[in-house]
Amino acid sequence: MKKYDKLVKNAAGRIVPEIINGNQSIPYKGIGKHIPSGRKHAPNIVSSINYPADGNKTVASIRKALERSGIKNGMTISTHHHLRNGDLVAEEVFKAAKELGIKDLVWFPSASFPCHAPILEYLEDGTINRIEGSMNGPLGKFTSEGNMKGMAVLRSHGGRYQSVQDGEVHIDIAVIAAPTSDPFGNANAVHGPSACGILGYALADYQYADKVVVVTDNLIDFPCIPMQIEGNYVDFVIEVEKIGIPEKIVSGTTKVTKSPDRLLIADLTARFCEEAGILGDKCCFQFGAGGTSLAIGLYFHEILKKNAWKARFAFGGSTQYMVKMLEEGTLEYILDAQAFDLEAVRSVRENHNHQDVSIFHAYNYHSKGNYTTMMDVVILGATEVDLNFNGNVVTHSDGYLLHGIGGWQNCLFSKCTILPIPLFRDRIPVIKDQVTTLCGPGELIDVIVTERGIAINPLRQDLIERVKNSGLPLKTIAELKDEAEKICGKPEKPELDDELVAAIKWVDGTVIDSVKKVKS
Amino acid sequence: MTEGDKNCPGGNQGAGIRSDCSVNLTLNKSGGREIKLTSKVDVMYGNSIRNQVDDILKFFDIEHATVEIIDTGALPFVIAARMEAAIKKLIDKEKEYLTELIEINDFETNRDIDRISRLYLPGNTPNLMINAGIHKPNGIILDLEDAVAPAKKFEASFLVRNALRSMNFYGAERMVRINQVPRGLHDLEFIVPQKVNLILIPKCETPRQIHAVNRKIQEIRDRLNLRHQIWLMPIIESALGVQRAFQIASSADNIVALAIGLEDYTADIGTSRTPEGKESFYARSRVVNAARATGIQPIDSVFSDVNDEEGLIQNVRVSKSLGFEGMGCIHPRQIKIIHDSFAPDDQEIDKAKKIVKAFSKAKEEGLGVVSLGTKMIDPPVVKRALRTIKLAIKSGRLNQEWENEDDQEKNPVIQ
Repeated sequence: MKKYDKLVKNAAGRIVPEIINGNQSIPYKGIGKHIPSGRKHAPNIVSSINYPADGNKTVASIRKALERSGIKNGMTISTHHHLRNGDLVAEEVFKAAKELGIKDLVWFPSASFPCHAPILEYLEDGTINRIEGSMNGPLGKFTSEGNMKGMAVLRSHGGRYQSVQDGEVHIDIAVIAAPTSDPFGNANAVHGPSACGILGYALADYQYADKVVVVTDNLIDFPCIPMQIEGNYVDFVIEVEKIGIPEKIVSGTTKVTKSPDRLLIADLTARFCEEAGILGDKCCFQFGAGGTSLAIGLYFHEILKKNAWKARFAFGGSTQYMVKMLEEGTLEYILDAQAFDLEAVRSVRENHNHQDVSIFHAYNYHSKGNYTTMMDVVILGATEVDLNFNGNVVTHSDGYLLHGIGGWQNCLFSKCTILPIPLFRDRIPVIKDQVTTLCGPGELIDVIVTERGIAINPLRQDLIERVKNSGLPLKTIAELKDEAEKICGKPEKPELDDELVAAIKWVDGTVIDSVKKVKS
Repeated sequence: MTEGDKNCPGGNQGAGIRSDCSVNLTLNKSGGREIKLTSKVDVMYGNSIRNQVDDILKFFDIEHATVEIIDTGALPFVIAARMEAAIKKLIDKEKEYLTELIEINDFETNRDIDRISRLYLPGNTPNLMINAGIHKPNGIILDLEDAVAPAKKFEASFLVRNALRSMNFYGAERMVRINQVPRGLHDLEFIVPQKVNLILIPKCETPRQIHAVNRKIQEIRDRLNLRHQIWLMPIIESALGVQRAFQIASSADNIVALAIGLEDYTADIGTSRTPEGKESFYARSRVVNAARATGIQPIDSVFSDVNDEEGLIQNVRVSKSLGFEGMGCIHPRQIKIIHDSFAPDDQEIDKAKKIVKAFSKAKEEGLGVVSLGTKMIDPPVVKRALRTIKLAIKSGRLNQEWENEDDQEKNPVIQ
């Protein structure tokens, strides 16, 4: 089977394949242009007669569970990333698959981390054909250098749900690492030695997979409350010694940046939001767990407090800083799909206003609305933006795949999308003529905040109007680009191979761009 | 030079080093110029770095050499400085490989501009220089003295020279702290021709040091036919310096400020710095007095605990109350705090507003004497009040149009 075939130019002007790993795919048509039809995908109907009457679905090992799930060559196996860089389960799954002599699996993680580097072995020996998910660190390097057998596919968190729901990806076996579970398969992440707070990214997996396997290191008697995972969907439960390394699952504490340059960017971002009237009573927002984002959150908190405003909701990933807002009364609700630190885990366990939700609610583009469009502002990152405000989050300027898309594409639909980014990092300018890889169309990216000035997308005259007399350092994106190149020099473009190694999906399942192999 | 002459590597590399490079140069008898580059930015700037390095070798007439460069994203002015230092360690060459003097660096400063904050930048650490200007200090100090290890002083002078030419500090006054005289006289060759605005002279104990610096500046100026104004700021750091503060302050016309350095001073008088600073009260007051007597700016010592923001605020309050007009910063985070804390408070602003209004009124009415109520106001007090208003506007505590606004506020009351 060819990795890909039938190259066409999509509506963004990017060359993408119409056939990816033997499957038909739809080239990107423009924002909101692809309207799907048909019925949702569904797993097989089963009968409870085939499940133990005593509710005990435990089996001895992952290997046993895979065997009893009917694992075969070419199947798709999913895992979630709530254990982040402390995950011990994904590797065990492929180790067991290899022992069973299985080949050409598709690994469908909701994200990968540096801890997944050992999985390279299974990509090299043919146990795994390809990854459809995210490729970080060594996995990104492996993929970028053209070593993966199949073509990698990268999706946003919402796009991942969409692809499963729409049947683009059929999960044969979902393996769900669960910090606490009962023998029936009810599970949660708020208790147990590997508690990670939430399991929101595993929702599509257990609803749509043919077989669902729960792996836990804290098996308790039925019932396991709360039931973040409902046992009625679960086929097998396995107890292992350890599913994760706690200190790598959640940071004990996430920290605001100490870099004066990044604090300046954060300060400018918060002041922009204040001057533009984005922050106010009942406003809603999302900011991430990076050092700059956290500083922005802290500044938001101060602005809200100063004005006696209360934000209505923030969408997680949650951190101690969001929890602080909740507890100090500048925020009413946290809706949360992942908890980044121990404070956040505590909060989701104790506070009814800190509600765990799945990415289905927030991000799935093929649903009856989602939360992102209701958010007044989201704070995101990027490795590159270009003169048309297009954004790249997956590759670096040298062409290497280094990051997943995460919720980034989904969040672009907020009322105001802001990218606070340094104008250059160690001589590498962030603003290009054209992004190396297109992940998000410029129409959806409203503001770029750098330490040397703020560029507002000309499509947002309303924002420009609102801040024009604010005294903020407003510049055009071209001026910012020139300023960076005066300091750093004009960078050369990477010389990339013609061969494609990965496809980038848009939130509606269409292909927005492809990633070229780097020349080694 | 002889064949196989080898440098100990110049520049910086290793864990935590960014935006810098190390250069290892070997001169050869044959084989042409060979450049071995390991760079984080090879894909984007590899060719431009290789071209630049080759150009520099050619400029210094080097035909056969091996250059090993380990680069972590050094800007061109840094690479040029590292290369030139490496070459000049091996070959005695007069000529200089000068990077572009960018337009924004071609300016002079006035004698009495604000010098509330001056950010110290170690002279051999390029990544701290790159974003220094965006934090809007009144001045930046490229430090060739205490912040540079003795073994690195040679290469630092090239870096500081190039930074003065090519780094955009966004309008901050460009200052250099030279080494203690007489060594510092040699530094002047690197910085005087580069439109430096102000030179800090450390460990000043006698007017002779000032005269020596000014003589050297004049010599360089005459030789190169330069006319750029260069100000001096002596730093008093010893008991003897404190005793001679006035002689030093008044020893030359181009001295615009007198600073005190308390770390060395307290050691010199046999004690150490305390948060309350009682031990330096005499020295600080004497420096303020010497500066005021000469009509120049008194500038306080740095506050060295970057994480202690509250301590810094307290320190500035004391500093301001003693009569100082500014202070050194060792971290960008201190800049805003220092500006805010030196800015006039509400009471001072109110008083200044009244005085300035009385002054305007007297002017309008053609009166020679300004009075407020029954009190007569002397010209220096008016001058001081005008400065307070200026600072209040700058720090955002007073609106530019305050005179009109105040009238609007008051009119209804009068009616």
